[in-house]
Amino acid sequence: MKDIVRGWRHIQQRYNLIGSKCSQCGNVFFPSRVLCPECRRKGKIEDFKFSGEGKIHTFSVIHTPTDEFKTLAPYVVAIIKLEEGAQITSQIVDCDPDMVEIGDDVEMVFRKIKEEGEDGVISYGYKFKLKN
Amino acid sequence: MRFYGGIHLRDVAIIGVSQTKFGELWDVSFRDMITEAGMKAIGDANIEGDELDAMYVGNMSAGLFVEQEHIASLIADHAGLTPIPCARIEAACASGGLALRNGVMAVASGYHDIVISAGVEKMTDVVDPTPAIATASDQEWEAQQGVTFPALYAMMARRHMYEYGTTREQLAMMSVVNHKHGAKNPLAQYPREITVDQVLNSGIVADPLRLLDCSPVSDGAAAVILCPAEDAKKYTDTPIYVKASTQASGTIALHDRHDITTIDSTVHAAKKAYEMAGMTPKDIGGVEVHDCFSINGILAIEDLGFVKKGQGGPAIEDGITELDGRIPVNPSGGLKARGHPLGATGIAQAAEIVWQLRGDAGKRQIEGIEVGMTHNIGGTGGTAAVHILSR
Repeated sequence: MKDIVRGWRHIQQRYNLIGSKCSQCGNVFFPSRVLCPECRRKGKIEDFKFSGEGKIHTFSVIHTPTDEFKTLAPYVVAIIKLEEGAQITSQIVDCDPDMVEIGDDVEMVFRKIKEEGEDGVISYGYKFKLKN
Repeated sequence: MRFYGGIHLRDVAIIGVSQTKFGELWDVSFRDMITEAGMKAIGDANIEGDELDAMYVGNMSAGLFVEQEHIASLIADHAGLTPIPCARIEAACASGGLALRNGVMAVASGYHDIVISAGVEKMTDVVDPTPAIATASDQEWEAQQGVTFPALYAMMARRHMYEYGTTREQLAMMSVVNHKHGAKNPLAQYPREITVDQVLNSGIVADPLRLLDCSPVSDGAAAVILCPAEDAKKYTDTPIYVKASTQASGTIALHDRHDITTIDSTVHAAKKAYEMAGMTPKDIGGVEVHDCFSINGILAIEDLGFVKKGQGGPAIEDGITELDGRIPVNPSGGLKARGHPLGATGIAQAAEIVWQLRGDAGKRQIEGIEVGMTHNIGGTGGTAAVHILSR
């Protein structure tokens, strides 16, 4: 149940990588923030679309997942430094986990994230793949 | 810590401590564990329960682990302490450290005189505790992507290895030294030694971290009794004094850190603690650090100022964190060997340092220790609590 409303609320962020930017200081945020931590009330927050390109800052290969992600194991998760500046946590897909290295260029792809049981919703959103 | 922020504060002493056995305690319930810890601490302090003015209990997630909220009332009730005020303090795995700090603040301010600060977690009543533990990270933007809690620390480890050349063996040594100490602690969950080979051949949880890099799933409780320092000798010949009690916050999500190989909240809390105590890292004779994963033990000794950034791995390999080393780390066995019942850990750390300072630590006694420190982390560093205690 929880993913129905939670997923819908964040569709723009999860499907289209739309975060936010503070036009006062120029910092960009993903996920979106309603308040710039640097400028606080003096900041001016607006929507900002990320290109989906970035570099792997660090990663791990998960062998012991939670039940929801059990069928994927082993799978790669990473912190990606997006081209525009913010960092994002996501999976790296479409590759042998042994191929992934820090510094690799990646791009966003749109994928199924998980199913909430047989009667639940299917969540979709961003994952990343290695750029050739 | 007489003056802080321009306000006159009372010095605070610890006059009683306790810890239950940590482990998979199938036959003991949540309420029975915390009641046992409380009774033992009250006995250790030579007071009666009705002398207590207030209780603070650190607990991360009774709601998810035992389907019980409102635990402060439940504990006061079962401990026979109603109607004293009792509050649950939650900051994930740092809940215990914050319960201690709230108790210290209550006594220091003069609001209460005798306070019990306790911590408890019952983690083994659920089949899979992983989803509950993951709520210590950013549920919507980390856990929802399939990232487990160990994977977040694994990503810190990978980056630390990349930037500083920290080796897989050095990470393993953190666990090996913890178990070497824990083998001498009868209250530890795993009171036995392990080898580097055993760590390196244990199952992969989240590469590069393996099972024996990870603290276990544990049940357990601990408690300390606080009073104004000027009254402490009425209760005990060996009061232990609180020289600093600090706390700092950091970003909830790991990806929002400027440097994921540094836990800024630890750095901030430690800096304030040294200022408050008028001390430097050189004054600390032993420290209980929050090694929820082997990498966090390495980050802790760097961020607390005992070694330079990046030198944590080689330092552990050189033996400086052993009981007879330059800065003994985790004489109790740490989270790895003593066990990590989340909300109880911050209090158990304080109990261990008190036993060390009293000279009551048995076979794991650090010779000549005068001042000790505790370091308790919530999540991946969203919260850090640091305490400095002295004889």
